[in-house]
This record gives sequence, C-alpha cells and structure tokens, in this order.
Amino acid sequence: MTRTLSAPVTVAFDYTRSTGPVLGRFLTGLRDKVVVGGRTSAGEVVVPPLEYDPVTHEQTADFVEVADVGTVTSWTWVPEPVAGQPFGRPFAFALVTLDGATRPLFHAVDVASPDDISTGMRVRVRWAAERVGHINDIAAFEPLDRPGVEEVAQQPSRNPSTTEPVAGVVTPVSLDYIYAASPEESTFYRGLDEGRILGQRCPSCHKVYVPPRSACPTDGTPTEGEIELSGAGTITTFCIVNVPFLGQKIAPPYVSAYVLLDGADIALLHLILGVPADEVRMGMRVKAVWKPREEWAYSLENIDHFAPTDEPDADYDTYKRHL
Amino acid sequence: MRDVAVVGFAQQQLPDFDGSPTCVEMLVPILAECYEQTGWTRRDVGFWCSGSSDYLAGRSFSFVQAVDAIGVTPPVNESHVEMDLAWAMYEAWIKIQTGEVDTALVYAFGKSSAGVLRRTLALQLDPYTMTPLWPDTVSLAGLQARAGIDAGVWDERAMAEVAQRSLTDAEQNEHSIRKGGSSVEELLARPMYADPLRKHDCAPVTDGVAALVLAAGDRAREVRDRPAWITGLSHFVDPSSLSNRDLTRSPSAADAAAAVDLTGVEVAELHAPFSHQELILRRELGLADDVRINPSGGALTSNPMFSGGGIRVGETARRIWSGEISKGVGHATSGAALQQNLLCVLDSSTGKDGL
Repeated sequence: MTRTLSAPVTVAFDYTRSTGPVLGRFLTGLRDKVVVGGRTSAGEVVVPPLEYDPVTHEQTADFVEVADVGTVTSWTWVPEPVAGQPFGRPFAFALVTLDGATRPLFHAVDVASPDDISTGMRVRVRWAAERVGHINDIAAFEPLDRPGVEEVAQQPSRNPSTTEPVAGVVTPVSLDYIYAASPEESTFYRGLDEGRILGQRCPSCHKVYVPPRSACPTDGTPTEGEIELSGAGTITTFCIVNVPFLGQKIAPPYVSAYVLLDGADIALLHLILGVPADEVRMGMRVKAVWKPREEWAYSLENIDHFAPTDEPDADYDTYKRHL
Repeated sequence: MRDVAVVGFAQQQLPDFDGSPTCVEMLVPILAECYEQTGWTRRDVGFWCSGSSDYLAGRSFSFVQAVDAIGVTPPVNESHVEMDLAWAMYEAWIKIQTGEVDTALVYAFGKSSAGVLRRTLALQLDPYTMTPLWPDTVSLAGLQARAGIDAGVWDERAMAEVAQRSLTDAEQNEHSIRKGGSSVEELLARPMYADPLRKHDCAPVTDGVAALVLAAGDRAREVRDRPAWITGLSHFVDPSSLSNRDLTRSPSAADAAAAVDLTGVEVAELHAPFSHQELILRRELGLADDVRINPSGGALTSNPMFSGGGIRVGETARRIWSGEISKGVGHATSGAALQQNLLCVLDSSTGKDGL
C-alpha cells in the first residue's frame, strides 16, 4: 500500500484578455501577415513592441513594419517538448532578430535536429493558415534555404473574416497535476472506501477533526490516533440552494448543511435529503445514507446524503460551540 | 534602522514528496526545529510570512491550508507572498523596521513535482506573446547560456566547472538531492540535453520547505552568541520582456550589489538554478576570486521552488553563527533568466557596536 492516495487533476481556464492599442497593433499585424515592431526613444526597434518606453515611460506610438525574414541570435534545443508548445516533437526555440528590427523575437524554429540550426542562420516566418490575431499566427520560423510552406488549414476559410483591429486574445491554459492527499486525508478516504468515517484527535486541545488534518489549525500540532465516527450527527447550520449552476447534480431546491457528527468537533458539509427543504432546521438529527457498496470509491460521495432520524432535535447547547 | 538578525533556519528537501502539496506535513517539523533553535514557542513570533504558489500546488488557497502548521489561536499576525522565501523575509524585515514587532518567522513551501515545473513557470511570462508558446524554464536558460557562449563571455568548460564544484560541495550537504563530483572532463563528456545545456547544468526539480527566523536587537542576542546581522538588503528587477534584455548580463543583480557593501564577504550563496547563471552573478556582483561560492552545493544540487532563494540566506547565516565566517551574502532570484535579484548581506557585527 502506498503511503498516500493520489489522483490526476487538471486545472484549466481560457484566459480572455484585452490587448490595448500597442499589442493590439502587433497582433492585428500578425493576423494580416505583417510583423510590427515599436521604436523606442533610444532608437531600438523592438518586436513585439513594448507597451511603454523603458526610458521615457511614454506609450509606444512609433510602429515599424519589419520583415518576416531574420537572423537567429540565440537558440536552444527542446528535446522533450511540453504540452502546448508549437511542436509535439523536438524542435528549437530561438531569438530571431527580424530584418528591420534591432531586438529579437522569441519563437520556435522548425528544424529536425540541433545540427540543423546555428546562431546567425537566416530564417523566415511560416504563417499559420488560420490567423486570428495571436502569437501563434506565426506557426514557427523555418530555415530560409528551405522551400517555403504555409501551414495547411484545418478549415477551408483562409482569409481573416474581419479587418477590424484585434482587441482581445484568448489563451487556453491547462495544467496537469498528480494531486496527493496527506497521510491523514489518505486514512480518511481509505476509511470511506470501507464504509467507515475516520477522524483524528489533536493531542493538545483534544478536538476531533473529520477529515483529519496534518496539523490542528488551533495549535499547529499534528493530529493523532484513529477515531471512528458512527455517521449520526446534528445539523448545525444549512442553506437551501435555489439557484441553478453549471454542473449541478440535483434539481433545486435542495439543502446543503453542516453536519456535526457525534464525537466530532468540526462539521462536514453534505447534502440533506428525505425531508422537504423547508422542514430542515438547526439541531435536526440526521444520519449518513451510504450508496450501494459496489459504488464505493475513495470519496466522500460514498455517503449519498444525510437523512433525518426519528430522534428529537438536539439541544442548542450541544452544538453552539461548533457554529 | 533597527538591527535585525537571522537567528534561525531549517529546511527539508526531497526529489519527490508523496504528500499533500499544502506541505503542512513537512512544515510542522521544520517549524519545530525553529522553536528548538530559538527556545521560543509560536507565541514568541510577532509576525509570520509565507511564500508559495497555488500554480505549483494545483489547488486553491494552499497557503491558507499551510497556516494550519502554525496554529492560529490566539490569532496571529500573518502575511503571504507569491514569491520565494527571501522575499517573505524582506517583508518581515520591513515589518520589524516599522517597530510593530520584534520577531518574525518566515517559511515557504512548494511541491514542484506535482506538475511539470518547467512548464508551469511559463505562466510568469508575458501572457500575450510568451505564455501561449509555453517557453519552459530550461529553454529560456538555454537561450541565455547560448548567448553567453556565442559572445565569448563564458564557455561550456566554465559551466562544467560550476557544476563540478557544486556537486562536490553538495556531498557535505545532507539536504542536497543531487551530489557527487567527478571531473570537468567527465561532465563535458556527458550528452547534451537542451543544447547547450547538459542535465547537470540545470537544477533538479525539488520539493521542499524552509524557514528563517528574524529578531531585532537584544531579542537576537538572546538567541545566538553570534547573530547573523542583516547589514544590507536590496532587491531590483529587470524588464520582463526578453526582447529588451541582454541575456548575458543582469543589471538588476548589479544594481542590488551597488546598494549594499560586499567588501570582505567570505562566502556568497548564489541562487543560480543554471550553471551559467552563477557566472553572470559572480560578474555582476564583482566578487573577488577568494570569495567561496555556494559551499552548500547551491541551487544546482537542490532547488525547491519558493525556498531555494531563502535557503541561500539560511546557509550563509549558519556559517556566521558557527564562527566559520564573519561576513557573507545570500542571493535569491525569481522570474525568467535571472530577472529579479535580491541580496542579503549578513555580518557577525551590526557595524555599530565596534564588535
């Protein structure tokens, strides 16, 4: 048995950003197969243009069209590309100073091996077939001595559908992790997989945490031992969910509640079913209703929901310190 | 200015930690080590500051979860930076300078191995023209290394000499996760990885945590016979645009050096995650030939994200406490290709008491 449980997690978000006038000008140029640089107060022609001059701090307003041909000024081999890079096979990243520019642009160079690239090599832009006003409108650079190829379009339309300046970019970001649970959380989830609810106690303040934690947040002391709880508890507070949202699994209205398990000092958030939403109340006694055993996994969802018992409501004094 | 010293330091580093990226499990023992070194309890700590990033953890609010390791009853005076431990220390030093507190404990944590570190770090670049290409850290360092080689500022042999010395010194450091020197020739005979970089030119992906304890005046003297007094602390930033930087230089490191007094420094712990970056830093800091560089083995042998810079400060402080040296400098970097640089000069004397 491994010390901890772990599972893959992907965190993804499509970042949508407005460009402003300077980067908008640059990205509009890329869409139209023109590389636009910006001239600084020191006379440098920088690609992409800097939004503000590094000396005067004035917004860049002097735009210069530069060539789509240039010289490699530094390069590195990428032996093991990561997701999202211009190529899924080994390639070179390079700094390329385009003719007419004085400062280099960072991008990929499409060569098969490190032997096929060198500092000083002449390269040209290979334009993407589909261009939307994005840095990836440059598919890559390729050696100038190689016959030019335009990227093959995935879609038949090859021309930009608009002549409006580019005002925004969308950049999808997706990060993959192997997310590990702490040893204490692993104990908790392994217990759930066996139909048990396990907590641990702080040796200093004796509070019982469910799920157990690597340290008691009151004392900073690691929790200890293994305490099994029965699955019976008291609703300390709750809310009636009336608002639909993306990914919602149950039709509203339904009740989410803090359930203080008997013997625990921290309430669990869970679903209350088996009672009309408007009859749920603080102090209501509930018990865990488990899914069928064959559906169990390392998950708190093994408990399908909590349902009322026939017991009388708990006295306010029994849970007032846990609100 | 108040006299403030580094009086505690603890660290733990692993190649692949199998626990939660909140790292509470690793933080509890190193905080305990800080209490043991100082004789304090957590209630003696006037200010807390942590350094970490949710992008590394792959979850939200990991720094809030990490506060469990402190214990917060009664409530604590606490802050967070999405930067290395060295910058958390900077914030704590300022907090002590305000006079509001006399002591601080700063800590940092990161589980780099949870994701693909060199890819995740592409998110600190320009989001319009860089991040969509996913320029990984190793590639950016490769461009920088090539620029220096092409310009004749350094060569592969000089880079291998840095790696050879680091791997040899790391043999004495129980925390280093890569160690074992051989020879410059043997290192140069190894295959290229990200041409012009070989694997030993790149810091290993490292998980880890570290903590530093700061105290002012007599509070520091109560803890250590030879506190490591912070006699200089400076931090500068270069432009984020790679297009507009000479990658063979680091003006921000030179500016940071100009703002402190490096005269008489015996040890420099330089946060150089790539071998050629140590060569850049040595030049920009103008270090004399007899300054011992990275006796800990440095970041090339162990580089936990978010504590790799602060560890350089701790390693320098440790040598002052023990009497091994009287003056040293800890350096921390952040951002792409040495974009940000912080220097912390530590001295056995405050410079005011004639000691």
